[in-house]
Amino acid sequence: MFNKLRPVMLVARRELRDQFRDWRVLMPMVILTLSFPFLMNEFAKQAVDFLNQFDANLILDRLVPFSIMIIGFFPITVSLVVALESFVGEKERGTIEPLLSAPFDDWQLYFGKLLVGVATPLIASYLSIGLYLILIAQQGLNFPPPAVMLQLFLLTTAHAVLMVSAAIVISVQSTSVKAANLLASFIVIPVAILMQGEAVMLFWGNEQVLWLAVTGVLIIALLLIRVGIAHFQREYLLGREIDTLNFRWMLKTFWLNFIGGARSVRDWYGRVLGASLRRIAPAMLFMLLIAGVSLWMSYSWVKDNVADAISHASAEDRAKLEENLGELPDLSSLRGHLNPSFLFLNNTRAVAFIFVAGMFSFSVLGILIYMINIALIGGLYAVFELLGVQSLPLVFLAGVAPHGVFEIPALMIGSAVVLYIGAAIVTPQTGKSMGEVILELMADWAKIFVGLVVPLLAVAALIEAYVTPGILLSVMGS
Amino acid sequence: MIETQDLSKQFHDFLAVDGVDLSVQPGQILALLGQNGAGKTTTVRMLTALLHPSRGWARVAGYDVVKNGHDVRASVGVLTEQHGLYMRMTAVEYLDFFGQVYSLAPAARKARSENLLEYFGLAEAAKRRIGEYSKGMRQKLALARAMIHEPGVLLLDEPTSAMDPESARLVRDEIARLRSSSRTIVICSHNLTEVEALADKIAIIYRGRILVQGTLDELKRSVLGAPEYEIRFAEAWNAGGLELPKGVEKLAETPTSLKGPGGGAAGVESADSQTAVGRSRHGVSGGGSHARAGVFEGDGGNKRTRVCSINYDP
Repeated sequence: MFNKLRPVMLVARRELRDQFRDWRVLMPMVILTLSFPFLMNEFAKQAVDFLNQFDANLILDRLVPFSIMIIGFFPITVSLVVALESFVGEKERGTIEPLLSAPFDDWQLYFGKLLVGVATPLIASYLSIGLYLILIAQQGLNFPPPAVMLQLFLLTTAHAVLMVSAAIVISVQSTSVKAANLLASFIVIPVAILMQGEAVMLFWGNEQVLWLAVTGVLIIALLLIRVGIAHFQREYLLGREIDTLNFRWMLKTFWLNFIGGARSVRDWYGRVLGASLRRIAPAMLFMLLIAGVSLWMSYSWVKDNVADAISHASAEDRAKLEENLGELPDLSSLRGHLNPSFLFLNNTRAVAFIFVAGMFSFSVLGILIYMINIALIGGLYAVFELLGVQSLPLVFLAGVAPHGVFEIPALMIGSAVVLYIGAAIVTPQTGKSMGEVILELMADWAKIFVGLVVPLLAVAALIEAYVTPGILLSVMGS
Repeated sequence: MIETQDLSKQFHDFLAVDGVDLSVQPGQILALLGQNGAGKTTTVRMLTALLHPSRGWARVAGYDVVKNGHDVRASVGVLTEQHGLYMRMTAVEYLDFFGQVYSLAPAARKARSENLLEYFGLAEAAKRRIGEYSKGMRQKLALARAMIHEPGVLLLDEPTSAMDPESARLVRDEIARLRSSSRTIVICSHNLTEVEALADKIAIIYRGRILVQGTLDELKRSVLGAPEYEIRFAEAWNAGGLELPKGVEKLAETPTSLKGPGGGAAGVESADSQTAVGRSRHGVSGGGSHARAGVFEGDGGNKRTRVCSINYDP
């Protein structure tokens, strides 16, 4: 194990030595580390004086953790510069080739650079926080509780790892520091938004939610590290892919993957689409599993919480609820009035949205949207059960099954391909650039969407508009 | 040893290297000649296991470049197109770092660094930052880096570019020494004089394909055809009194010269080139029944002189 880590330490040590000789990296780090604790301390003093006039002690309690988070964040902004310089800077100066010619594995080079990108700014960040804690101790202000302190340290660490790992992903795709700096706004802006959310949670004082945020940020940071490892390949770093957009190549790559060498529509369905479906088969099984979990969770949640809320509701609220339920439209009026094109477009948009959300979050958001869609069915069933609908299983089956047989598999397949895309992005693909991988994955999605999901949703919309209302009415009438 | 077969590399629509077959034995130097963008660097990068071939295979120092990339990189010393030096390091630190990269023991690192710095005349500047070095000094240091671990295979991209004549001579001497210690060496170069002086084999690469490869003489024959000889006489001569060596045929004659194709000329192969140089332009020297004559081998303007014995009795 030590032998495996030796190259990591060797690369990190050299980088560190280089950093400490570069005043452009050192100066901002020293200034940010030493000046911000004093600035924040002064700001806190002013805030204390101001808020004491209104006896707003609660806000004061929250101000210190917030200040710690901000103080911790400023030095780690340098990590972005360090990481970009370390990767794309070396690439631009041509120093990376002798290093890549060394008998090291890709992951060893990656971790050596990741380590030094994270370590120095993080040490500066901890020093800055330490200095601030000394200053607030001198003023007799209370330290945040240990759990909050732990959260703050974890958040600071996660921010650094998040920024550096994202910077590495960007660096691998860029051939110049200029291009990498432009792309870095894709890191700075989301992290700034993330911090605003975390600041709100700190002021809100909800520890549980903050733990969820810490976990979420750490998971995304780990996924980004995984993406970095997957795409940090010598091949890319020395490849001929340049920063300019090559639409012709992009279209050609996409089209070749989409068509897959098929000679006819039948061949395309049987061979090309079949191969794509086989690739996503494990993801489909997983989607089936989480569909079951979503159904059960939403059903249980509604049964536990809504029933409880109804039982504790005032007589006035109950009367209002019954009144609202009485205003529900007559089901028979739906017959012939449901617009199939509206249903089709609505469902298609939902599946497309799952894809878009999944593409930007390693499939996490896409799967969440899928789970919410499935959970609605379980929740609705529980609500009807609470309302005491007669012969509920049969009614529900009549209302959902006729079109659901097509619609639910379409949703499941459309989401499974998004899960597959997320997994493929974080998996090493030897000999392929990230651009190629993404285009191939998009072609896979397009194949399944056009070839299977859209036809299924079209059939489902027609059935939902013209068949389901009739079956539902006949079941309810009986 | 380096062996490749059908080695090819495709970047999207662009075929950078197309079906390259090479074989370089230990103790041999192969010169890869070609204009910029011909595919030399991509070939070298595949041989260093930096790029995966799209087609074909390559074995370097007995290791497959795809399956044993790690071992290939450990066995190869590379001088890259760009020097790739860390400007904030000193030469000593730089060589020490790469010594560690190749797992050399501290004592060996120190000894090798000192020897190389001394040999390349960098000892005095060893503790200066590389950023302060001249272009030639950087080139020498990059070459020292490629040799720090005494690799069995050396891949050198323009090893003497940017060097003054004395430094270039030093580098050429070192490369020749490495060849004699059974290293396998590939040089990418535009410098024909250097290639002629060093290379045992030459491969000319154009648009990713090896156009022709072989020894210098083989290349000349394959590209230019059989050598042509011209014998100039100091005065009008009598064709009847001339006996040409075996294999040298008469093609054309003037009152004072004689031209002819020399394909496979046994007499030429055994010629004494040392004595030829001084005499070639004077035509026949000496006299009597067995005179020596300068024989010019025409090779497109770059005339080289050889000598063969002819019997001429005016």
